[in-house]
Amino acid sequence: MKKRLIGAAIVITVVAASLAGCAPAGSGSGDGASAAKPYIALISKGFKHQFWQAVKQGAEQAAAEFNVTVTFEGAEEEGNVDQQIQLLQTTLDKHPDALGFAAIDSQAAGPLMDQAKQDGIPVIAFDSGVDSDVPVTTASTDNLAAAAEAAKHMADLIGHEGKIALVIHDQTSITGVQRRDGFVDYMKKNEPNITIVDIQYSGDPLVATDLAKAIITANPDLKGLYGSNEGAAIGIVHAVQELGITGKLTVVGFDSGKDQIDAINSGLMAGAITQNPVGIGYETVKAAVAIINGKTVAKTIDTGFFWYDKTNITDPKIAAVLYQ
Amino acid sequence: MSTTTVQRRSLVTNLRGSLQQVLAAASLILIFIFFSIASPYFLLPANLIGILTAATVTGILALGTTFVIITGGIDLSIGTGMVLCAVMAGVFLTYWGWPLWAGVIGAILFGGLIGFVNGVAISVFGLPPFIATLGMMLVTAGLALVISGTKPIYFKSTPDFQNIMNLSLIPGARFPLGVGIFIVLMVVSALILGRTIVGRYAFSIGSNEAATALSGVNVRRWKIFIYSFAGLFVGIAGVLAASRLSSAQPTGGQGLELQAIAAVVIGGTSLQGGRGSIVGTVIGSLIVAVLTNGLRVTAVPQEWQSVVVGCVILVAVYLDMLRRKGA
Repeated sequence: MKKRLIGAAIVITVVAASLAGCAPAGSGSGDGASAAKPYIALISKGFKHQFWQAVKQGAEQAAAEFNVTVTFEGAEEEGNVDQQIQLLQTTLDKHPDALGFAAIDSQAAGPLMDQAKQDGIPVIAFDSGVDSDVPVTTASTDNLAAAAEAAKHMADLIGHEGKIALVIHDQTSITGVQRRDGFVDYMKKNEPNITIVDIQYSGDPLVATDLAKAIITANPDLKGLYGSNEGAAIGIVHAVQELGITGKLTVVGFDSGKDQIDAINSGLMAGAITQNPVGIGYETVKAAVAIINGKTVAKTIDTGFFWYDKTNITDPKIAAVLYQ
Repeated sequence: MSTTTVQRRSLVTNLRGSLQQVLAAASLILIFIFFSIASPYFLLPANLIGILTAATVTGILALGTTFVIITGGIDLSIGTGMVLCAVMAGVFLTYWGWPLWAGVIGAILFGGLIGFVNGVAISVFGLPPFIATLGMMLVTAGLALVISGTKPIYFKSTPDFQNIMNLSLIPGARFPLGVGIFIVLMVVSALILGRTIVGRYAFSIGSNEAATALSGVNVRRWKIFIYSFAGLFVGIAGVLAASRLSSAQPTGGQGLELQAIAAVVIGGTSLQGGRGSIVGTVIGSLIVAVLTNGLRVTAVPQEWQSVVVGCVILVAVYLDMLRRKGA
């Protein structure tokens, strides 16, 4: 869901930022600055959504800690490949000491990835990563492990037996597939008495509502439902409300947003997995610093995730990574 | 003179259209019986109400679009336009603090405004309806994101807003008010299409625009009116969608326009204009909703669900063509 929720009004900020960034690159003062302080440029898929703001916050936290200069820019909309490629081009022209990159379209970014390699700019992929062998490492949520964690909690909550069903936000995207497979594989391996009776797909809250209602109707003995992102989880929450069966079903969600937070506080939803966007930003910059200093880093960096429920939702560590 | 020819033509087209309606109704009954046998849960009252609830938003979009398609036009902006109207309801009620009734009427009129702009683009500037409304689809999708700041808007100051869709009409049965509104709109639009000058001119423009203009009808103005009128349905659908989720969700809505258009076409309304009916559209909406629900209840994998719905649309349009050749 966050993929689509990305801001539309960033264009001014982004254009202004990239224009402002362009000028010193031409005059060479960009290089002057990097002599004093390493310069790490982050190009994200989006910018305005709270998820990306949290990534930025983590990046800035690391920048302060390791005494480096970090810039954070993203496409106006997550689907806007052209704009991101232009941003990437402009950024490479500034010759940063390292580049953090979350590709909207890895194929489209291919030539520029090669250029970064030729120019000797190390690339650190983050969030959903870059499908290319140029990046030295990838800092992202391990969605398989996160979904397995959701499955583990679901199993505990329903007493390790019974029927459950899944509403997955997308059938083809990497996050959709991994958040499904991580959950399903965990159940297959560890919970012989739990049956997954149905897996349906939609991240559109309205569609997901009707879909979840149909699943619940068709399986009167259903014990649990898992929604793999904000939209899918909202759908389940509203389906349960419309059918008036609050409390009869164990609902486990993913990501955050007001509806899920309210549902957890009211007891309709048992809990959810949240990614750690702050960690994504932090680990990306940390890895960049390590590479600049000539250290080797692991091929993948798990930026972590948290299970949150009624008991820890106000915990500052959790509250910091949740968005309304 | 013009009125009588127009009336006669619409009568003939209505008669022809009724065959398609019978076919559509028969298919609906067949599909219904099939799923009743295939799943013991399909006929549960909760599920039947669920089908109607699921049909409400797309069905209302389809009702408005029927008028547009009968004029020989098309409106691709209804899905995202509906999302924008939902966001505007959020802006009026939550950001600007309007009273509930004003915010709801404002959002509905905003839908009319979107339709008005479509109508002007098509009628005055002569853009093809497909292009004009395709542009509007992108504009409304973008504006919904810009205005909402890409985040859902919650109706904190007007908690009653969610009752518009969800309030139960029958105590204990969870029969939502939104479905009641859908049914009222069916009757109202059937009357407007069948009994008023709006409907007569819509058929007339769709069958022969030039002749209609020659007979003294201000075709431009009537087209603008019909697009604006259909826009009101987009506004109503937006209010109901937002009410159902008790929040205005700025994403989503994509593809709804095609579902609504599919419902209209399955119901026997010709994409070339001049022919169609509200009864057909209602049956078409129900076919789409029953199929989707039935396939879900019987746990058919989702990839196959699209295949089945797509095939039904192809068959419906093919039958329509056969009938046209025969006529």
